[in-house]
Amino acid sequence: MSKIKCECGHVNPEGTVLCEACGKPVEGNQHIDGNDKRKLLNMRYDGSARRSQTYNKSIVDKTWNFFSSVKVGVWLIVLALIASGLGTIFPQEQYIPANAASRDPSIYYESQYGILGQIYYQLGFHNLYSSWWYMLLIALIGISLVICSIDRFVPLYKALKRQRPRRHTQFLKRQRLFSETDNTTDDDKAKLITKLKKKRYKVHEENGHILAEKGRFSRWGPYVNHIGLIIVLIAALLRMTPFMYLDEYVWVREGEQTVIPGTDGEYHIKNKDFILETYDENDPRFQEAIAQEGNVAKNYQTNAVIYKETGEKVAGAEPKLEKVKEEKIKLNHPLKFDSYTLYQSGYQQNEFQSMTFKVHETNDPDEKSLGSFTVDLTDPKNEYNLDNGFSVTVSQYYPDYEMDEGEPRSKTNYPRNPAFVFNVNPPGNEESEISFVGIGRNVDATGENDYKLGIENFETRYASGLTVRRDYTLPLFIIGAAIFMIGVIQGMYWHHRRIWLHPESEGMMVAGHTNKNWYGLKKDIEHIIEDTNVKMVKDQQEIE
Amino acid sequence: MDSLVGISSTMLYTAFILYLIATIFFGATIKENKKQAKKSISGKIGITITIIGFLAQIVYFITRWMASGHAPVSNLFEFMTFFGMGIVFAFIIIYFIYKLNILGLFALPIAMIVIAYASMFPTEIAPLVPSLQSHWLYIHVTTVSLGEAILSISFVAGLIYLIRQIDQTVRSKRTTWLEIVLLSLFIFVGFSVISTAFNLSGYSAEFEYTFNGQTTTTDYHLPPIAGPNEGKLLTGDRMEPLFDAPGWMQGVDAARKFNTLIWSVLAGIVLYGLTRLILRKRVGAAIQPFLKKAKPDMLDEISYRAVAIGFPVFTLGGLIFASIWAQIAWDRFWGWDPKEVWALVTWFFYAAFLHLRLSRGWHGERSAWLAVGGFAIIMFNLIAVNLILAGLHSYA
Repeated sequence: MSKIKCECGHVNPEGTVLCEACGKPVEGNQHIDGNDKRKLLNMRYDGSARRSQTYNKSIVDKTWNFFSSVKVGVWLIVLALIASGLGTIFPQEQYIPANAASRDPSIYYESQYGILGQIYYQLGFHNLYSSWWYMLLIALIGISLVICSIDRFVPLYKALKRQRPRRHTQFLKRQRLFSETDNTTDDDKAKLITKLKKKRYKVHEENGHILAEKGRFSRWGPYVNHIGLIIVLIAALLRMTPFMYLDEYVWVREGEQTVIPGTDGEYHIKNKDFILETYDENDPRFQEAIAQEGNVAKNYQTNAVIYKETGEKVAGAEPKLEKVKEEKIKLNHPLKFDSYTLYQSGYQQNEFQSMTFKVHETNDPDEKSLGSFTVDLTDPKNEYNLDNGFSVTVSQYYPDYEMDEGEPRSKTNYPRNPAFVFNVNPPGNEESEISFVGIGRNVDATGENDYKLGIENFETRYASGLTVRRDYTLPLFIIGAAIFMIGVIQGMYWHHRRIWLHPESEGMMVAGHTNKNWYGLKKDIEHIIEDTNVKMVKDQQEIE
Repeated sequence: MDSLVGISSTMLYTAFILYLIATIFFGATIKENKKQAKKSISGKIGITITIIGFLAQIVYFITRWMASGHAPVSNLFEFMTFFGMGIVFAFIIIYFIYKLNILGLFALPIAMIVIAYASMFPTEIAPLVPSLQSHWLYIHVTTVSLGEAILSISFVAGLIYLIRQIDQTVRSKRTTWLEIVLLSLFIFVGFSVISTAFNLSGYSAEFEYTFNGQTTTTDYHLPPIAGPNEGKLLTGDRMEPLFDAPGWMQGVDAARKFNTLIWSVLAGIVLYGLTRLILRKRVGAAIQPFLKKAKPDMLDEISYRAVAIGFPVFTLGGLIFASIWAQIAWDRFWGWDPKEVWALVTWFFYAAFLHLRLSRGWHGERSAWLAVGGFAIIMFNLIAVNLILAGLHSYA
């Protein structure tokens, strides 16, 4: 490595544009920051020697230089921006409405959106955000973040640490804010220094040369917020592993108890009650809106009890359960236990819990009950004995009845549309009769039955849908986001301001630099030179 | 209860009028020369009236909150009104940093356009659906809209910059684009004008149509240029739609909103055309002479500074608070819902903006165009995402 020795005596690393100590432009390196074509010096990184601007030989150099370019970084951001927007043209697969005619993506997009939908689907845009190329794009942004930051942070840190109050006049003259006063007194200078200190500048002196500096830490803001972003990206990566992130769903009916999936059978949940409330349409506050828009849901709530299995697991034996928690799960009020969280996320209204049937004579127009029995639909018995000597046996039970090509069958195992084939055995030794009974159906198979079954009553109940989550990556996301916010505030709400005072024979040169908010720096300088002979700095970069 | 709602809407109206008066005072500062500008009387009156107007709007906000029992940021009317208030607030902050009167002349009308636009949506106090019943409603929504409001000031400064700087002696691509930007502001005004006109006349036409397999009805308050896809007109004695809205428009009452959009664009074009006819030159060219006094580098700095201040606020409200609430209410902090994606797009855009400011050649005019683009994305997310793209955020 060939070091560069400046006339001020400081030895700079190879690739330095402005001497770290005195700021004198290093000959032969001015093209790096584009200073050769301009009056003003590019102060973005204080003219420090960045690796990316110095070496460009090996493949490592070239890769490094590619990713350390802000231009490349901005392009990656713009590509990610466009890609993200593309994914909202049509809904993502997960957002295909539940009541769509077909939720199969290969059918849905074409039927709903025509040829464009078909193209969208075939390009894989229906799962855009989990596509390999979108993730690659985000990963490239991540790499760019790391390399950009290292490439700039290290030399900038060194340059700001090694800077000295005494600056080369070339450096000062080529700052954006500059003035030269021919006649100044020591008194003027003293006033300036007092006022700078009052403005909470840190004032350094070297042989009468002054550097007043403020808010240097804001220069680290970008690097801090990039660290935050890297942590967020790492968290997102970890979240793809099943150990760090668990996502399950459980349906539990009112009054029922079930194992919570994803907990290795350790935890059970009981749904004591599911509550669905709507707003009172007579509420004076809301009646106008409800009259216009219809009923509005007010609350979805599961009154839940969590049990934990205790003791040794014995195959076949009923597990011992210990109550852990009893709580109401509502939207916006998830239930937490151990490392798991349960969210209220759905419900089913139309499930039957029990049905009560009565027996009456077929030709009785009043359908006077001869006796009745109640079937618990989650656990139907084989035979029901009625008070008056009848007995009914269950010959077939379809919890969710439908006809499939002339054959009766059950669509699901849930009692959503229950139907039965009963054998009715009248008292005495009369012959038994076969009856088919369901919701809105009552079929006499032979047409010769003396007795008929009718639905007297039924009870429905809710099934509550709960999401089960365990997410160990959350703290990492929170830390990443917090660091990002700290960094971005540090970088945006503070400014790194420097003012140089350079005695020159009888007079003084004043130069100023800030990383942003030039207006504020000008006001500072205006304030400190008040009541002195020192001339106000000229902004050498005004846009005409 | 009714009295509170009454006070609330009166206060909003008052605020609107005050903003209008303040705009006139800021307008009066144009004629002042540099010396007068330092201690401009009309500028001082302007900012004072703005602050009183802002306080009136705060009263609107608080009384409406008291009446409804929840923060009034739960539907499009309430949210857009709050956004307008945010623009005024952001303007007040920036005003006290830079003391630039001309900013008020543009920021206040834009806030007024937003508020007028908001009042065209149903203003009844609506009950909160379960997913919105959370303190995060007002933490999240207020921070996002404040962030977006500050970013909008960047647009205001950028717009002034463009009107001042673009060469109006010849017609060019830039003058055309600037006119398009100005035209889009006319469209917002057109929307308010046309809605008010037909509301006063009490126009109504009901349609029946099928949406997601369910038959629903929708009530048009503007004559149907575009009817619901395969819809049936129920009200007699009304014009039949000229054509049906395309089937891919999926939001709540998408066709009706689409019809409103067509009307707004037409009304905006008519208003713009009339203005051109009166001015006999490009609108930009007509405004330009009044802006000679504003310093371009100052405008550029304000535009950049507004992004620097607004970006962290937007990130906090639109991404971080949003994620926290989404985690609590919807069991995931990020779900690629269109509104979420467009918040990310907004964030990417301003991140790119801030990085471009590092390079030479991206200050001044290019930067001003970017500020305009950013505002377009914000408005797209606020309005179009609810209109065209179905999603979890389609509350209004």
